[in-house]
Formats: sequence, C-alpha cells, structure tokens
Amino acid sequence: MTLKEIANVLNAKVVVDGFFDKKAVVTAVASDLMSDVLTLDEEPDILITGLTNLQSIRTAEFADIPIVVVARGKKLTPEFISLAKETELCLLTTDFSVFKSSGVLYKNGVKEIY
Amino acid sequence: MSGIKFEYKLEGGDFANAGKASSQIKKTLKQLNIASKTIKRVVVSLYEAEVNVVAHAYRGKIDVEITVEMIDIVIADEGPGIENIEQAMQPGFSTATAKVVSMGFGAGMGLPNMKKNTDFMNVESEVGVGTTVQLKVALVDKLVEN
Ligand SMILES: Nc1ncnc2c1ncn2[C@@H]1O[C@H](COP(=O)(O)OP(=O)(O)O)[C@@H](O)[C@H]1O
Ligand SMILES: [Mg+2]
Repeated sequence: MTLKEIANVLNAKVVVDGFFDKKAVVTAVASDLMSDVLTLDEEPDILITGLTNLQSIRTAEFADIPIVVVARGKKLTPEFISLAKETELCLLTTDFSVFKSSGVLYKNGVKEIY
Repeated sequence: MSGIKFEYKLEGGDFANAGKASSQIKKTLKQLNIASKTIKRVVVSLYEAEVNVVAHAYRGKIDVEITVEMIDIVIADEGPGIENIEQAMQPGFSTATAKVVSMGFGAGMGLPNMKKNTDFMNVESEVGVGTTVQLKVALVDKLVEN
C-alpha cells in the first residue's frame, strides 16, 4: 500500500506529509509502550499508537519508523506536530481505535514484523 | 584519542526535552556516514538513558565523545541513586511512577535494552547521591579498552 492508500483505508488525516522514500508500506507495529518499540531489531514502516505525548514521535525517530498513526481521534498539541515536522516523520490521525486501525491495515495486506 | 565532544543537560521531570540529545547525536552520526543500524543502537540506548534521568533523577549531564573507534557516552545524574544495580538491570524491574508509565516507559526495559544495544555498559550508583551510566558503541571491529 502507498501512504495515500493507508490514509484512505484508515479514514485518516495526513497531519504531516513527511519523508517516506519506500515504494510501499509493508509492515506495522501497534503499541503504547515506547520502551517495547525501542527493543525492535527491525524497522516497521508504521507505528500505530494511542500515545500523544512527544515520546511517541521521539521513539519513531530513534527506532527508524517513518510513519506514525495516532488512533482514537486524539487531539495533538502544536508541539507534537512541530516535532513530527522537524524529524520529517509522516503523521496521520484516525478516529479508529488502535485495534481497528491494526485490523484494517492487516486486512489490506500490511504485515507484522514478528 | 580525542574526538568530537558534545555536552547536554537534563532536568528531572522534563519529559518534553528527553530525546533532544539523542536527536542531535543522531544527526551528527548521520553526517559522519555511520551505518544506520549502528546509529539506531546508539540513539535507542541514549534515549532510554535520557528518559531514566528525567524519570528517576533530579538533574543530569550527558557527555558524548565520538572518535573513529567508538561512541563513548557518560550520563551522570544527581538523584536518589540505585540501591541494587543487579536487580535494576533485570528485565521488568521498575520503580517508575504512573506519570512515567503514561509517557510510554516504566516497564523495566530501559537498562536491559541499553545493555543489549551497546558494546560496553557500566552503571555506578550511590544511594542519595546519584547514578552514572557509561555506554560505548564500537565503530571498528575491535573495541580498544581504555
Ligand atoms: N538514573 C537513575 N536514577 C535512579 N534510579 C534509576 C536510574 N535509572 C534506572 N533506575 C532504576 O532502575 C529501574 C529500572 O530502570 P529501567 O530498566 O530503565 O526501567 P524503567 O525506567 O522503565 O523503570 C528504574 O525503575 C529505577 O528504579
Ligand atoms: Mg528506564
């Protein structure tokens, strides 16, 4: 799937259209536990999370995850958005829950990394 | 051998600034054309260390030195210290507050993950005084101990 298709199936808003140089989105993880995301040896294309403090952007930055999807329609602070811009991440928001976002992406061929 | 040096300061409880040092180090290592997997090991470890100061200590200082051989990081804080370092290194051991958990940390995975991602890690601590963590990641095959 392309980033655009991801946004479509999640009914998501692209808040920051950052840097994503791969042809297609292939893998994702879903987590609110950033410490856990930081243990991954592989780099998924997407982090789906309900965590809206700066740590989720920082974690994606350091774990080399180019796309962050914030689920549950959570409001984002200007600081959150500007940090995503600064780090050149793609930032999407969806009203879908973490569970539903994961399910919809999985159904559309996005795979787990483990 | 002397290399490029960086210094950063951290304040306990200041979660908004946790990760700033790691972010700048990441940019620098990228400019130096260090392999991305190596950069990831460094910044993941440094970020967990930054979060530990913010989450568990009062204030801290980070010193980073980059040489051709390695990245050498010292994170020294003033704080409560760690009573039992061996226990703190165990995966899952945590004394984190609910606030820390709400930030996506506090699962007792930080120190073990720093250990996993570095070529050398040393933790020294004095209860009531503070904690010093040293991390080294080699940029060459054999890390020369100094
Ligand atoms: N800089 C520090 N100062 C005081 N205690 C610390 C420090 N770093 C770690 N600790 C102690 O070690 C425990 C484990 O740390 P860590 O593995 O990073 O997990 P977490 O931070 O998620 O609790 C912490 O809960 C805390 O009790
Ligand atoms: Mg920690």
